[in-house]
Amino acid sequence: MMAAPRPENWVQLRAKGLYVLPGDFYVDPTSAVDAAIVTHGHGDHARPGHRRVAATLETLEIMSARLGAAKNQRRHHLGFGERIQIADVSVWLAPAGHILGSAQVVLEHKGSRVVVSGDYKRQPDPTCPPFEPVSCDVFVTESTFGLPVFRHPDSSGEVAKLLHSVSLFPERCHLVGVYALGKAQRMIALIREAGYDKPIYVHATILKLCKLYGRFGIDLGSLLPITSGLKEQTRAAFQGQILLAPPSTIADHWSKCLPDPIVVMASGWMQTKKRVKQRGVELPLVISDHADWDQLYKTFEDVGAPEIWVTHGREEAIVHQASNLGYRARALQLVGCGQEN
Amino acid sequence: MKPFADLVGRLLYSPSHNAKLALLFDYFARTPDPDRGLGLAILTGNLDLKHFRLAALRKLAERRVDPVLFRLSYDFVGDLAETVALIWPDGSSNQPWPRLADVHRQLIDAPKTDLPDLIAGWLDTLDATGRWALLKLLTGNMRVGISGRLAKLALAKMGRVEASEVEEVWHGIKLPYEDLFGWLEGRVARPNVDDHPLFRPLMLANSLSEKGLRHLDLSEYAVEWKWDGVRVQLSARAGERRLYSRSGDDISHAFPEIIEAMSFDGVLDGELLLLQGRGVASFNELQHRLNRKRITPRALKEHPAHVWLYDLLFDGLEDLRGQSYEARRGRLEAFFDRVVPERMDLSPLIAVKGFPSLAILHESCRERGLEGLMLKRRKSVYVAGRPAGSWYKWKRDPLTLDTVLMYAQRGHGARSSLYSDFTLGAWCVGEEGRELVPVGKTNLGFTNKELRMLDKWVRDHTVQRFGPVREVKKILVIEAAFDSVCKSSRHKSGISMRFPRLHRIRWDKSAEEADELGALRSWLK
Ligand SMILES: [Zn+2]
Ligand SMILES: [Zn+2]
Repeated sequence: MMAAPRPENWVQLRAKGLYVLPGDFYVDPTSAVDAAIVTHGHGDHARPGHRRVAATLETLEIMSARLGAAKNQRRHHLGFGERIQIADVSVWLAPAGHILGSAQVVLEHKGSRVVVSGDYKRQPDPTCPPFEPVSCDVFVTESTFGLPVFRHPDSSGEVAKLLHSVSLFPERCHLVGVYALGKAQRMIALIREAGYDKPIYVHATILKLCKLYGRFGIDLGSLLPITSGLKEQTRAAFQGQILLAPPSTIADHWSKCLPDPIVVMASGWMQTKKRVKQRGVELPLVISDHADWDQLYKTFEDVGAPEIWVTHGREEAIVHQASNLGYRARALQLVGCGQEN
Repeated sequence: MKPFADLVGRLLYSPSHNAKLALLFDYFARTPDPDRGLGLAILTGNLDLKHFRLAALRKLAERRVDPVLFRLSYDFVGDLAETVALIWPDGSSNQPWPRLADVHRQLIDAPKTDLPDLIAGWLDTLDATGRWALLKLLTGNMRVGISGRLAKLALAKMGRVEASEVEEVWHGIKLPYEDLFGWLEGRVARPNVDDHPLFRPLMLANSLSEKGLRHLDLSEYAVEWKWDGVRVQLSARAGERRLYSRSGDDISHAFPEIIEAMSFDGVLDGELLLLQGRGVASFNELQHRLNRKRITPRALKEHPAHVWLYDLLFDGLEDLRGQSYEARRGRLEAFFDRVVPERMDLSPLIAVKGFPSLAILHESCRERGLEGLMLKRRKSVYVAGRPAGSWYKWKRDPLTLDTVLMYAQRGHGARSSLYSDFTLGAWCVGEEGRELVPVGKTNLGFTNKELRMLDKWVRDHTVQRFGPVREVKKILVIEAAFDSVCKSSRHKSGISMRFPRLHRIRWDKSAEEADELGALRSWLK
């Protein structure tokens, strides 16, 4: 029997991202290529302009919604576990638990298996199926929160803080900064799980994506566009209400019309006081869609890969720790990958 | 520990007064005794815990965490206690969180050598928020911006009583204040504090201008000097003696000679000064004394304290505050004749016939080293705060000086986007000829319009920046008003203006015409 090929001989880092040599395609390329497999719809993974794209149906829908319908693009949707053959490479997707439609890409070639996990988390999330460990020879991991100071607490406790604050300040409104795709919908679902059933006001970009989630069967309860409240021209309309908006819009003109808003931010970065203060946040909630330090190691153990490739964030601490634990670990310097949460 | 940790975690990011009030109220309402009392004491700086050094903390953390990971984390977080709080392994123990009261008691009991293990044991049970609160507490770094005043307001809100009622019992209650909370929740009677030398909130005077004074019927008012010292309250009860500042801080330690002289039972209102020879020592000396931890025999000999008595609030246990000023004054004089306390004098009543003689007295205040005149309505009762139509102060006219704007700094809070703190200079002859030296710094007396104009001016005339400070072109003249001149080691000029504030912006004057340091020196006593 022939020995399996060394992973680095058939999966390589190139200028445009992770390239699968025997299949002539990329995973999450950072700019337009001929053939791409996309793990999920966030901007630093799903780029426009590829000639052929394979992803989950949810991810393809999200890409259409955010990037527009691309002409001359061939799209192939894959269900979880559904196998396709691209030249000498067998490809299938497994849930990553990050956002709706997020997937790990499992690549098999001549008895060697590499899993590119994209972004993932291990905490429960009502808006997507949980991460599924797939045993492999190389596990490519993100490291957004790759420092031991990042440990995400139970999200229900964080949401309870928000709801307690809402009851404590009935004359003010709570303006929650969340990324429009994924975090916003998870946040709403968590608030609903906690028993809050009043309408939630959301920014237009969030509303559009919530409707998309709705088409995939995720019920987020009653949502109203923030603009509808603004039209009433009365600050009282927002008193005691919860509003969700992308962080970049919180300082915009419209927020000046709100009744004494308490600025809330739901993000893994809210773990450190410096960040909270820098962003002028009054109520920080540590809720993240990425794996925290402990989850990263639990995952390495679960997939049982002898080798770990680290991308996307703070490689140094994670490579150090993984090496201590007996893994062959190395940083994969991915270019063009921004900081998204 | 959990409610306390949540509270401080939240207070840290809540800048508004009302939000802090609501959070404190919520904490007191939800937290059981004795924890909430300890929390109250910690937030108001009334609890001294054994301190744990940061270096010891780092050692403790390195017992649990890989040093490389610790260094990388510390680099990222930037605060040692916070790094330890975050990096400490979660869930190493399934014990419940310690209560604040447990932490307090065990810290008192534990010998110093047991501290690291004790603390590690607690850290094992807590989460990141709890660990942060505990470590900030232990390293003496709990800065969340709660004044005693704010805490008392929250307590008053809880009990639906006036803040002055809380103030009244404040110095008579003991950790962990269970009787206070019980009273505020309506479960028990108001704490019996009769046997304590309490602070009784002060009655204050409204400012009055010459014009306003002309409308008063002077026959209804008693006139006293406004002494240029610090307002104090002398409270003695059942052998215990306290000296309080006007805000109710216990300043007994700074004036042992006054405490020694308080051989009476009652509460007196007065003004404290330091003497020097046969005159009065400068205000600087007084400031100095207030900031000292230990008072030397030499300080006591060279600058002994003296109190001018204004009022008698309690004679023994008898509350006189409901009586008129006139009646209280009679009681004060009788009290004084009976007790004859050392180091104290009655603040004399000044006979005044009509406004012209009042104006002449007012003129003479600066020369006499007095701050101005007090007018107290004879029929007024003693009420906490600044009731209308009862007491008036007519302060001596301020001194003014034409200064040159030298530096500007961004303000705080609502003014943080404006350059609103200004350093002012006067001319003197230096080694290289005539030069400007700073003589004071102020952010007072400006209207919002003036502030906006100055802000723009500063931005347009910046010559150098040092962090939040801008050095400006030395061309703008500011007429500053101030109360007096004092020696200052912080100023290169050696003297500075006391309570400087903006009088006018002199757009019309050139910097060359501003005043000399010599003018300021001539006012120095
Ligand atoms: Zn993502
Ligand atoms: Zn990402």
